[in-house]
Amino acid sequence: MKFVKAFFRFWYEFVIGDDWKIAAAVVIVLLAGALAVIVGAGGTALLPPLLAIGVGAAFTISLLIDTPPR
Amino acid sequence: MGSGAVWGLAMATFVATAVEVVEALTVVLAMGVTRGWRSALVGTGAALVALAGFTAVTGYALVTWLPRSVLQLTVGTLLLIFGLQWLRKAILRSSGHKAIHDEDAAFRKQTEAARAASSQRRLALDWFSFVISFKATFLEGVEVVFIVITFGLNAGNVPVAVIAAAAAVVIVGAAGALARAPLTRVPENTLKYGVGLMLASFGTFWAVEGLGVLRAGGESLTWPGGDAAILALLAGWFLLSRALVARYRKATEGLATEGATR
Repeated sequence: MKFVKAFFRFWYEFVIGDDWKIAAAVVIVLLAGALAVIVGAGGTALLPPLLAIGVGAAFTISLLIDTPPR
Repeated sequence: MGSGAVWGLAMATFVATAVEVVEALTVVLAMGVTRGWRSALVGTGAALVALAGFTAVTGYALVTWLPRSVLQLTVGTLLLIFGLQWLRKAILRSSGHKAIHDEDAAFRKQTEAARAASSQRRLALDWFSFVISFKATFLEGVEVVFIVITFGLNAGNVPVAVIAAAAAVVIVGAAGALARAPLTRVPENTLKYGVGLMLASFGTFWAVEGLGVLRAGGESLTWPGGDAAILALLAGWFLLSRALVARYRKATEGLATEGATR
């Protein structure tokens, strides 16, 4: 049990790191992208740049929530 | 692949790996200096063996089972998260919102923890030293594996990425062994900022391309401009990070001015 806990803790620390909001921001934008691909927007040339802008915006929001400028 | 691109790939992989190795080295040195070298080195060696096994299994799975788009989505997402974590720290450090990473301070913290820890022995090893050395080497090593996979596959030249990473491990390891002290002269904060930008750019490129797995046929999405889009992403992440640094700095300066006029 201790090993299983340590195993999952290791991978949580590895993947999520010390700010879970960044991982959440990335996953939310990629889920939105996945939805767009599923509904048939995958061939649109604009989709990748729009998703990149989305990741940038989500990162900015997560950073400002985590550490408001003081 | 032109020689310029080969050198670019080699440099990017070398720098990214070197930063990871410096961090692992600081922990192993702290364990070796305070609790003896045997357990620290056995922990490091065991981590390298585990890492080789992890790389072999991951590599086999990637080559034999995973379609390219699934590989891009999984590795790209991980890389994007790592890159943004590094970028977040770099932005906060550049603007004075977080203390600059100092290998000396990290070394002191690790040696204090090592001195305070109990000396439990298992398998004739100092277990604390073994576990901490193992964990640090394996954790940083797995990041290196993902970096090598992404940079290497993206450039279509995995061997160059592997050689560059191995060179970084040997050079940084040798420098650490000679100095027997943390490598404080390595401009780690600047390098981490650069590596964060690279990881975020490659991660965005790959993760978005990988969403193509959900298309009928499963082929990767295509960026306008192909691979050149990575440069645009690099520029975009750089500009955004500078804008955020400026925003945080302005807030810090405003606070300082407010304090001075009181």
